Amino acid sequence: MNRFLQLLFFALVVRLFLLVILGLNVRRRELLPGQGPAVIVANHNSHLDVLVLMTLFPLRLFPKVRPIAARDYFLRNKLLAWFSLNIIGIIPIDRRVKGMHKDPLADVSEALDCGDIVIVFPEGSRGEPESLGEFKTGVAHLARRYPHIPFCPVFLHGLGKALPRGEALLVPFFCDVFVGQSLTWAGDKVKFMEELTCRMTTLAAEGHFTPWE
Amino acid sequence: MGWSDLAPEVRWTLGGIFGVLVAASALVGLLRWVKPDHNFGELRQRINTWWIMVIVFTVAMIVSRTLSLVFFAFISFLALKEYLSLIPTRRADRRPLFWVYLAIPIQYYCVYIEWYGMFIIFIPVFCFLLLPIRMLLIGETNKYLRATATLQWGLMTTVFSLSHAAFLLILRAKAHPEILAGPGLMLYLVVLTQLNDVAQFVWGKTLGRGKIVPSISPKKTWAGFLGGGGGRDNHAPGQHSRPVTDADESCPVSDGRLDYWSQWFLRRHQPLCPETRLGIKDTGSLLPGHGGILDRVDSLTYTAPLFFHYIYYLFIWHTFGVSLGAMP
Repeated sequence: MNRFLQLLFFALVVRLFLLVILGLNVRRRELLPGQGPAVIVANHNSHLDVLVLMTLFPLRLFPKVRPIAARDYFLRNKLLAWFSLNIIGIIPIDRRVKGMHKDPLADVSEALDCGDIVIVFPEGSRGEPESLGEFKTGVAHLARRYPHIPFCPVFLHGLGKALPRGEALLVPFFCDVFVGQSLTWAGDKVKFMEELTCRMTTLAAEGHFTPWE
Repeated sequence: MGWSDLAPEVRWTLGGIFGVLVAASALVGLLRWVKPDHNFGELRQRINTWWIMVIVFTVAMIVSRTLSLVFFAFISFLALKEYLSLIPTRRADRRPLFWVYLAIPIQYYCVYIEWYGMFIIFIPVFCFLLLPIRMLLIGETNKYLRATATLQWGLMTTVFSLSHAAFLLILRAKAHPEILAGPGLMLYLVVLTQLNDVAQFVWGKTLGRGKIVPSISPKKTWAGFLGGGGGRDNHAPGQHSRPVTDADESCPVSDGRLDYWSQWFLRRHQPLCPETRLGIKDTGSLLPGHGGILDRVDSLTYTAPLFFHYIYYLFIWHTFGVSLGAMP
C-alpha cells in the first residue's frame, strides 16, 4: 500500500511539479549508479533537493533510493514521520552522536547491505541558500566501512532560490543538476574528504553561477 | 475552434508543415543509410524536437481558442522562468519575483476576455509602476535599479510581447466578421519567424563567411542573415492567399518582408537575449538540439508585437465580442 502511494506520489505529483513548475537541467545523467549499493553525495539547499535527486532514478528503483535525514527534524510529529518514512523512505539518523552507545550509522549500513542507493547531504543542514558549506566527515566513515561502493557527487543549483530554508512561498526557478564521476575509499579519511570536496567544487564551478546576493 | 472551422489555407499550411517534417525525417533516415559512420545526432535531435513542437502547437491551435491561449501563457511562463533563472537576481527579491509570475495569468486573461485596453497597458503601466514599489518596500537599495530594470525587461519580452501572438488569435476583420482571421495570422507570424531562424541557421552553416557581431553570436554570419531574408522572400508568394483577410484585396500580410525587416538584426542581437549580456549561447536544455525555450522564442518576442501593431494600424479589427475601434 505504502509502496503504491509512493509510486503515485512520485510519478504524478513530484514528476509533474518538477517538470512544469521548476524544470530540470541534468548534465551527465549516465554517470549516476544504475543499481545499488551506492551512495549519492549532494549539496543541500532546500527540501526540494531530495525530491529532485530521487526523480533522477527510474521508477522501479524508487523503493531502493533512500535519503539519510535528521531524526530530530523529520520525525518530530506523527504525520511528518509517516510521510518521511513511508513515502520518501528516509533513513533517520541522529545528528548528535556524542554520548551515544549504539552505532549511529547502523541503519545506513543495513540499507547498503540490502543493496539500497543512499542519498547523503554531508553539509548536515540546508544552511545558507546557494552556498556550498563545509562537508562533515560522517560520509568518510561510511566510505571506510564500504571501500568498494561508489560515492557519486551531485551538485544542485537553483533549488535554494526556489524554496530556501525558512520560506514557505515557492518561486519557480530552473534547477541545474550536475553529476560527477564516482569515487571510492582512498584509504585515508583526509584524502577522501579532499577528493570529494574537490569534485564538488569543480561541479559547482561548471555552471558559472553568479552568487545569490 | 476545431479543425473544420479553420480556413482552408490554414489547414493546407499545417499539412504542409507536417509534409516538410516527414520529408526531413525521411532525408535524415536516408543520410544515415548512405553514410552509416557519420554522426547525425544533433540533426536528428533537432528534427525530433521540431516534431514535438509542431504537434503540440497544432493540437493547441485546433482544439479550442482557450487552449491556445493557455498554451501561449505556458510558453510565456517557461520563457520567463528561463530568463529569471539566467539573470542575476537579488535574494531579497524572491517575493517580487513571485508577483512577476502572477502577471502572466492576468495578462492572458485580458486576452481571453478580449479587453484590448487593459491588455495593452497592464504590463507597461501597472506592472512597471507597481513592481518597483513592491521592491522598494523590501528596503534593499543595493543594485535596486538593475534589479527593477531586469525584471521589467523580462516581463516586457517574455509576457507582453509573446501575448501579442495570442491576441492575434482573437482578431476578426470588421469587413469580414464571419472569417476566423486569428489562426491564420498567428500561424503566418510563427511560421515566418521560425523559417527565418531556420534559414539563417542553414545559410550561416553552409555559406558562412563574414561574421556580423562575432563577440555576441560567433556563428551568425552575413550569409545567414541575407539567406534568412532570401529564404523568407521565396516563401512569401505562396503565403499571399493565406492570411485571413483574403477577401480583402489589400491583404495586410502579403508583404513577407515586413516581419523580416522587423527582425532586422534583432535575432541574436537584441538586448533581451541573455547571451548578449551574460555570455550564454544556449539558454537551457529543455528542447534537445535547440537549447532552451528562449532560444526558440526570442525572435518571436520582437516579431509578434511589431507584426501585430502593423496590421492593427492598417485595418479595422473586431474581436469576438468587442469592437476595437482602431483607425477609421
